[in-house]
Amino acid sequence: MPKYSKLTSIQNDLLSANLSCAELVEHYLSNIEKSQSLNVYIEVFEAEAREKASALDAKLKEGVEKPGRLFGMVISIKDVLCYEGHEVTGGSKILTGFKSLYSATAIERLLAEDAIIIGRVNCDEFAMGSANENSYYGPTINALGENKVPGGSSGASAVSVQTDTCLAAIGSDTGGSVRQPAAFCGIIGMKPTYGRISRYGLLAYASSFDQIGTLTNSVEDAAILLEVMAGADEFDSTVSRQSVKPYAGLKSESKKRKIAYFKNTIESDQLDSTIQSATFDYIEKLKAEGHEVRGLDFEYLDYLIPAYYVLTTAEASSNLSRYDGVRFGYRSADTRSLAETYRKSRTEGFGDEVKRRIMLGTFVLSSGHYDAYYTKAQKVRRMISDNIQEVFKNYDFIVMPVTPDVAWSIGENDADPIKTYLADVYTVLANMAGIPAISFPLGVKDGMPFGIQVMSPAFQEDQLLNFIFTQHQ
Amino acid sequence: MKIDKTLILRLEKLAQLELGQEEKLTLEHDLNKILDMVDKMNELDTSEIEPLKHISKEVNQLRPDEIRNQVDAKAALSNAPDHNGVHFKVPKVIPKP
Repeated sequence: MPKYSKLTSIQNDLLSANLSCAELVEHYLSNIEKSQSLNVYIEVFEAEAREKASALDAKLKEGVEKPGRLFGMVISIKDVLCYEGHEVTGGSKILTGFKSLYSATAIERLLAEDAIIIGRVNCDEFAMGSANENSYYGPTINALGENKVPGGSSGASAVSVQTDTCLAAIGSDTGGSVRQPAAFCGIIGMKPTYGRISRYGLLAYASSFDQIGTLTNSVEDAAILLEVMAGADEFDSTVSRQSVKPYAGLKSESKKRKIAYFKNTIESDQLDSTIQSATFDYIEKLKAEGHEVRGLDFEYLDYLIPAYYVLTTAEASSNLSRYDGVRFGYRSADTRSLAETYRKSRTEGFGDEVKRRIMLGTFVLSSGHYDAYYTKAQKVRRMISDNIQEVFKNYDFIVMPVTPDVAWSIGENDADPIKTYLADVYTVLANMAGIPAISFPLGVKDGMPFGIQVMSPAFQEDQLLNFIFTQHQ
Repeated sequence: MKIDKTLILRLEKLAQLELGQEEKLTLEHDLNKILDMVDKMNELDTSEIEPLKHISKEVNQLRPDEIRNQVDAKAALSNAPDHNGVHFKVPKVIPKP
């Protein structure tokens, strides 16, 4: 079976009876089997996927009931999304065996439109990491390079699409966790506006940053998934009640746009020279297409990572206090008191990176340091966010590289957490400001792909998707 | 700000973690490096800036205070490491001598 890169092609073949959902699911299951050495899936929902496929085939054949909008879409879900009756562990030992009592709103909406969920994939523990190396289940490997990381934290989500084990993956993006692995694996990653998709049923890492996103082969699939998942939800008080635009109705446009880039993000010696020249070529291409493209200075570049790590670790230390070995998850054996149960279960249940972030978060929230770190970072966040709003008064989009370099080798950055943190410099901006961003492939260096991202003002995903769709025509 | 052994012990207690000697040393080293990086923020004058706490610009939507979305005891206990069918069970709050 050829690799399908968008849902409409699958649906056309299903409707003309050149393909059945059952065949499609078998195709993906056999690719899952073939890619086992990459450590992508934690659990494959084999029987269920087959059952659902047969039911859908029957529905299509009978033609009485209209199939859902996502019929024929087979997806993988990151191990941070709750799916009723299924395990969800956040890639952590502390949640081993935990079965969700309900489904995330996003998952409910996908299922209601006849999507088939084929399995649950690996990720960095509680989505903390940029290489999918911090998982209790071991690292996931990028299919394009020997021993190369796939990026993270939605690393296995990216590989699941890259290796054609599903058509699309649902991940989460707190500081680049969808866009960076998409860039490292040569696919499209979309982080919508903060609050565009309900976070109900998404394991919390940093609640003022977390957003569900998609990893796909096509802009069209990103658009329809967003349209299905987005919108008000009574179970998430931070989700936006703004109406959901018809994102899936993509049109090639001739509109000339005003586009900004930050000179210091591209002229930086931290950026690999191949990525740098490809980024400049892309800017020239935009100009040649008639868009107005201007280079600006972004004075807060060096403050992004410091503020981001203070705020996200603070939120994480608070969010992860719920894991105490009492009501669910891992409990240390043989403890003699309740206090010891808390301490030992957490110590044995969490991995190193999670403990590091909990300790840092605890520090920045502790009395005596709160104002100097946590409040300071919130103020810096406002300065950055205001600055970006200011840019959007004159420009429609901002373009930026996604990563300073291509995927590194597994274990390469182990000794130095800061080195890995700094690699997030281009992606955290969208989360700091709560704006949408889409990364898509731009080029290849030594066989490894890299991407470029476009950002728009909050809730203008329709503009953003149309712009990138047009670029890809 | 410098992170030292005493502070690591305090944070360990606050975070309900129990780290090994080597882990403590590594963390002391890592956290100091991270704080050096974070101290960069002090270059910015933020005296006139209000902290940004909420990313959404929408105001709260209230709903009637009704009991909804409940699970029964069986479901609530289904993930518990230890229970007696009605309650979660934990070791004694006051340790055995």
